[in-house]
Amino acid sequence: MQTSSQPTPVMLLPADELETPPLSPGQLAWRRFRRHKMALFGAVVLILLFVYAFGGALIFPESYANYTDTSLRLSPPSAKHPFGTDTIGRDVLARTIYGGQISLIIGLLAVSIESLIGILVGALAGYYGGFLDSLLMRITEAMLNIPEIFLLIVMAKFFGGRIPEIHLLGRVFSGSVIVIVVIIGLTSWMYLARIVRAEFLSIKENEFVLAARATGTSNFEIIFRHILPNSIAPIIVSATLGVANAILAEAYISFLGLGVQPPTATWGNMLDGANNYLESAPWLWFFPGLLILLTVLSINFLGDGLRDAFDPHSRAV
Amino acid sequence: MTMLLQTIDLKTRFRIPEGTIYAVNGVSFHISEGETLAVVGESGCGKSVTMMSILRLLPTPPAEIVSGRALWGNRDLLRLSENEMEQLRGREIAMVFQDPMTSLNPVLTIGRQLTESLRVHLGMGKEDAAQRAVELLEQVGIPDAAHRLGDYPHQYSGGMRQRVMIAMALCCHPSLLIADEPTTALDVTIQAQIVELVKKLRDQLHMAVIWITHDLGVVAGLAQRVMVMYAGFVVEEALVDDLYEDPRHPYTLALLAALPRVDRRRDRRLKSIPGAPPNLLVEPRGCPFAPRCEFAIERCRFEIPPLQPVGGTHTAACWVDVTTGAPR
Amino acid sequence: MGRYIIKRLLQGIPLLFFISIILFVLMMNMGDPVATMGGRRVTRASDYERLRRQLGLDKPIYTQYLYWLIGNDWTKTDVDGDGIAETPGTRRGVLRGDFGVSLVTRKPVLQVIGERLPNTLILMLASEFVIIVGSLLVGVYSALRQYSVLDHIVTAFSFIGYSMPIFFIALLSMYVFGVLFKRWGLPYLPTVGMFDPQAGKTAAQVLWHMVLPVLSISIISFAAYSRYIRSTMLEVLGQDYIRTARAKGLPRREVVYVHALKNASLPIVTVVGLDLPLLLGGAVVTERIFAWPGMGRLFLDHVSRSDLPVVMGILMMIATAVVVFQILTDIVYAWLDPRIRYEK
Repeated sequence: MQTSSQPTPVMLLPADELETPPLSPGQLAWRRFRRHKMALFGAVVLILLFVYAFGGALIFPESYANYTDTSLRLSPPSAKHPFGTDTIGRDVLARTIYGGQISLIIGLLAVSIESLIGILVGALAGYYGGFLDSLLMRITEAMLNIPEIFLLIVMAKFFGGRIPEIHLLGRVFSGSVIVIVVIIGLTSWMYLARIVRAEFLSIKENEFVLAARATGTSNFEIIFRHILPNSIAPIIVSATLGVANAILAEAYISFLGLGVQPPTATWGNMLDGANNYLESAPWLWFFPGLLILLTVLSINFLGDGLRDAFDPHSRAV
Repeated sequence: MTMLLQTIDLKTRFRIPEGTIYAVNGVSFHISEGETLAVVGESGCGKSVTMMSILRLLPTPPAEIVSGRALWGNRDLLRLSENEMEQLRGREIAMVFQDPMTSLNPVLTIGRQLTESLRVHLGMGKEDAAQRAVELLEQVGIPDAAHRLGDYPHQYSGGMRQRVMIAMALCCHPSLLIADEPTTALDVTIQAQIVELVKKLRDQLHMAVIWITHDLGVVAGLAQRVMVMYAGFVVEEALVDDLYEDPRHPYTLALLAALPRVDRRRDRRLKSIPGAPPNLLVEPRGCPFAPRCEFAIERCRFEIPPLQPVGGTHTAACWVDVTTGAPR
Repeated sequence: MGRYIIKRLLQGIPLLFFISIILFVLMMNMGDPVATMGGRRVTRASDYERLRRQLGLDKPIYTQYLYWLIGNDWTKTDVDGDGIAETPGTRRGVLRGDFGVSLVTRKPVLQVIGERLPNTLILMLASEFVIIVGSLLVGVYSALRQYSVLDHIVTAFSFIGYSMPIFFIALLSMYVFGVLFKRWGLPYLPTVGMFDPQAGKTAAQVLWHMVLPVLSISIISFAAYSRYIRSTMLEVLGQDYIRTARAKGLPRREVVYVHALKNASLPIVTVVGLDLPLLLGGAVVTERIFAWPGMGRLFLDHVSRSDLPVVMGILMMIATAVVVFQILTDIVYAWLDPRIRYEK
C-alpha cells in the first residue's frame, strides 16, 4: 500500500487479465516527467553546460584562460577569440569555461550545505515539536525576514578575506569560493526547513510511524529511515531549484565585488565593472550573462518538470 | 405528455496523456414533462458525464462529444452556441450537484448566489430579487430566511447548503431538474429530508427530474422509470416496478441480489459481483459486463448488444434471455 | 478580528528583537570603521584609541548592543582613557527613535537614510504597480486561454524572464534602448542616474530616467507573478463552485471576474503583500548599474566602510517593514476571506 500522500490516478482502475499491470509511483513519475518536454530540454541543456565547463578545460588549459596579452585587450569576437577579450587581454571564451566550473560547483556545494541544514532543522522541528520547534521556527522566521541579498552582503563582509587560498588538484582557488559557498548555504536553508517541517508534521501522524515506535525503533531511525524517505520528493525539487538560486546569488554578490575574488573567475565576477564597457565592449557581459541565463533557465525547466512528476496537483510558482 | 429531452446515441470521450477515456458510449434516453427518471449505476459508469455532456459543462480540451444528439424540443443542445446554452442553463434546465460543501462559492453571500440567476435570467431588480430569494429559502425549509441572505456558505451545515443549492436550481422554474447524487454526501437522516423536499417541489412545479444515484434503495419511492448504466452504456431501462420485479440484464440482477434485505437469511453471505469494472482507456469491444457475467456466451465478447425491447416499455441490452438462460 | 491583530503585533515585537540581535552580531565583525574614516588617516595611536572610545567601539558586544538599543545618555563613558567615566553619553537609543550617527559622515542615520529613501520608493512603487497590473492581465488571460499558442508563448517568456539575472536584463536593456537606439537615430532612454544634471530634477526627467530601471526590476517579478496568477486562476476555475455557476447559466464574464477572480485574489494578495517590503531593499544591483541614488547603493557604500549605525538602520527598517507587511497581509487576508472574518 502506498504510504505517500499521492492520490491514485483515476484511470488506473483495478485491472483484469487483458490490461497492463498498474504502475508503481516511481514509474508513474518517470512517465509524467518524460512527457514534460521542457524538463527534458532543460536536462539536456544542463548536461551540455557541464560538458562545456568541464570538458572545455580539456581544450583550453587554465594557463590559456589566465594568459594576458594587453595588446589585444578589449578586442571584439573574432575567429581566434570567439567571445572576444577582456580588459587585460584574456580570452573571454576560456574564462567562461573556467568561470563556469566555479559557478556550477559553487551552486552544487551551496545546495548541499543548505539542504543539510534545512533538513536537519526541519526534521527536528517537525518531529519533536514543542519548545525545540518553537525555537527553531523563530530562528527560521527571523532569518526569512531579512532579504537574501542583504544577508549575503553582510555575511560576505563578516567572513571576507579570512580564508586563505586553496590548492587543489594542481590549481589555485581563492579562499573566497569557500566563503561564498558557506554564506549562500547559510542564507537559503530556511525554505527547505519549512517544507521539511511541514512534511514531518503530516507524515508523523501516519500509522506506520506509530507502528515503528511501538516496535521500539529509535527516534533517529524513525526520522532518517522512515519519515525522511517519504518526503524525498519536495526535497529533491527544492534542492534542484536551489541550485539555480545559488548560482544567481553567487552571480549577484560577485557582480557587486563582494563575492569570489580574482584571479579566480566566475560568471558573476566577470561582469563586475562591465558597466563601464557597456557601449564599447558588450561581449564582456553578454556571454557570461547568457550562460547564467541558460543555466538557470534549464534548472528551472528541470525543477518544474520534477515538481510536476512528483505531484501534479502542486501549484507552481 | 410532451417529450422534453431526447438524447440519441451520445458518445463522449476524454483525451488524456495516457490515452482516450471512453466515458459515454452511445447513450440514448428520453424524459417527458413531469416525469421522474432515475439513472442508476456505480461510480465511473458515465452517469454524470452524460448529463454534463448534454448541458455542455465539460471542459472541451480534454473532453470531446464525439457524436450524438440531445434534442430539447426541436433544438439540438449539442450544437447550440455557448451563449444560447447560457440562456438555457438555470432557466429551463437546472442541475444540482453532489457535494454541497464545495459547490457553493465561499466568498460570496448566499443572497448574492441566489439572486444572481434571478437577475440574469428573469431580469429582476435588486429588491425584487432579494424578496424572491427569501421566499425561495423559506420554500426549501431554511429557518429565519429573511436574515440569512447576508450569510456565507461556511456558516451553513451540509444539509442546509444542499437546500440552498436546490433553491438556486429551482428559482427560475426550470422544466427539467437534473440532480446528480444530491444526497450521497449527506447524513442518512438528512438524505431522506432532501428527497422529500425535491418530491414536494417537483409536484408543486410540475417539473421533470432526472435523479442520478448509485443507491437503488432511493429510487423506489421517487421515480417512475429507471435507467441502469454500466461502463458508459445503458444496459437496461424500465418502469420502476418492472425493474425490481422482473430485471432482465445480468448486471441489474446482480445489483439487486447484492442489496441487503430485511428478509434475507442471516447465515448467508452478502452477494457481491466478482471481478472489477472495465478499464475505460480501452475502446469497448463486446458487452462491457461480459467478463463478470454468469450468463455470458461467445457472442458477448465480440458484439456490443443494443438495447432491445423485452416487453412493453422495458428494454435491456443483452444477448441472453436471463429468464431462461438461452440466447435470444 | 481586533484580538487577532493585537496578537499578531505582539508576536512581531520579539521577532524584531531577535532579528536585531542576529544582525548586530553579524555586524560586529564587519571591519574597523575607524580605520577607514573620512579619508583622513588617523595615524597616532592615542587618537585612534580616543576615537574608538568616543564611538563606544571599545566596549564588549552586548554593551554596544545595549547602547544601540536604549542609548547611553543615562550613563557616562570614559573618553580620555584614564579609567574614569566622566563624559555623559548623548545617544537615546533606537527604541527612542535615535538610530545614532553615521560613523562615516557624522550625520544622523535617519537623515542619511531619509535622503535616499524617497528615491528608492519612487522606483519600487512604480515597479510594483507595473508588475501587478501587467501580471494580472497576462495571468488571467493565459488561464482563460489555456493551451492556446499565446499561452505557450507567455509561459515560455515567463520562464526566461524569471531565470534572468537582473544585471543581465539591466545591461541588455541599457544596451538596446540606450546605446543601439541612439546609434540608430531612434529616441533613446537615459541610462545613468535619476535626472540629467543640466536639465534639473524635474518630474519629466525623473520619469524618463525611471523607465529602464523599472523595466529591469519588473521583468523578473512580472514573469513569476504571471505564472502564479495563471496557476491560481486555473486551480480556482477547476473548483466545484465554478461548475455550479456555469450550470446556473451565468454569463462567462461574470463567472470569471466575480466568482473566480474573487477567490483567486486571496492567495495573490498574500504573495503581493509579502513581496512589497522587499522593495525597500531596492534592487541593490539595479541601483548600482543605473547609478540611481537610492537605498541599495547607500547600503553598499556604508557596508564597505563598516558604518555600523547606518547599516543597522537600513537593515532594521527593512526587517520591520517585512514583519509589519506580513502582519498587514495576514489581516487583509483574514478580512477578505469570509470564512475567517465570520468565524462561527
